[in-house]
Amino acid sequence: MNKTRSILSTIVYPVQLLVSWPIEFSEQAYDTVVSYSALKKENRRLKKKQLIDSIKLLKFEALENENIRLRALLENSFKLGEQVLVAEILSVNLVPYEHVVVVNKGSRFGIKEKQPVLDANGIVGQVLRPLLLSSEVMLITDPNHAIPVQVNRNGLRTIAIGSGQLDRLKLPFLPNNADIQPGDLLVTSGLGGTFPQGYPVAVVDHFTAQPNKPFASIFATPKAKLDRIRELLIVWSDSTPVPLVFPEIDEIDDSNEGE
Amino acid sequence: MKGNNSDYFLTVVFAMGLNILPLPAAINIANPDWVLLVLIYWNMATPEKLGVFNAWILGLFVDVLTGRLLGLHALVYALISYACLKFHKRLRQYPVAQQSLYVFFFLLFSQMLIFWIERIQSNIEMALSFWLPVLVGTLVWPLVYSALRFIRLSGRA
Repeated sequence: MNKTRSILSTIVYPVQLLVSWPIEFSEQAYDTVVSYSALKKENRRLKKKQLIDSIKLLKFEALENENIRLRALLENSFKLGEQVLVAEILSVNLVPYEHVVVVNKGSRFGIKEKQPVLDANGIVGQVLRPLLLSSEVMLITDPNHAIPVQVNRNGLRTIAIGSGQLDRLKLPFLPNNADIQPGDLLVTSGLGGTFPQGYPVAVVDHFTAQPNKPFASIFATPKAKLDRIRELLIVWSDSTPVPLVFPEIDEIDDSNEGE
Repeated sequence: MKGNNSDYFLTVVFAMGLNILPLPAAINIANPDWVLLVLIYWNMATPEKLGVFNAWILGLFVDVLTGRLLGLHALVYALISYACLKFHKRLRQYPVAQQSLYVFFFLLFSQMLIFWIERIQSNIEMALSFWLPVLVGTLVWPLVYSALRFIRLSGRA
């Protein structure tokens, strides 16, 4: 059945391209005519940001190595790093009552079902249907989507469910006395096996205890800018645990750098 | 009084494009099923050209295009086409306003089928706005009718 869908989708793909073309074209046109000074300003800002990021990254490498060593001491397994592929969202609307977007990379690039999808700020969603030339990505705010999360501050685990609004996630399964407050960062807990552990998902922005009901009403805002994203990262996370012995550390570092 | 084959193809592709047009969310919830409107027109005006089977195939394409369960729109389009073919002699004689009434019921029936099938396979709670496309589709029918009529007649030359 998936094969049929793939073949049919290849035939209708030009329609999707045709629809999204004017918007992409207008964006490109805007890029072309953007002023010199604006470009220069952006360049300066990006350089500054790159500097800060690379400094953070220096520390990150040291921390990662330390983490690997510590885990080895605990005789724990360590997860391999992730490979990513950049995909672009096509400007098409599927149906208004679902949050599913079409991206321009498909199973031709090895994309599989349930692969996690990120942007620069956090989790965006997961691959719903890989087609041949494109694939459908379900956003975390889709009413049918649920993602296992964990409060970064204290490790409290729960599930965040899409609300059908692009700026809202529901956390319906926490009791009224749960230790959670507005401003808490929710990260993936890695429990479902779909999403790798530790990526930012959302920030809690609303907590109301409901004394007459078993659960509190909690809402969170996704970290990823779901209404504005153009480019996504599709992630291959190798979830097979690697038994760690010290000599292997170098190899792991090498494979981390792939793509 | 028959359209060209390219007329069918182009209008249907254009309607498909309208179906997935990236509109702002506020307008998008009311975006009607343009392919179905085009299908209703062609089945009414030239019943011997498009049939139930072609409608079914077209439905499969729309399913893939909009990421629905494969066969959902195929079923809907086939049924509506059948009804259209059944009524085409009457429909053709009606003034546009009266046609709109029929189109309203066709669209309502199609949306109801989609509603039931979607409810079976997912737990989305449909807002009342789910039914807006039916209304908008009825309102744009005179437009679709005159546009397609113009295409059909000018295509003959």
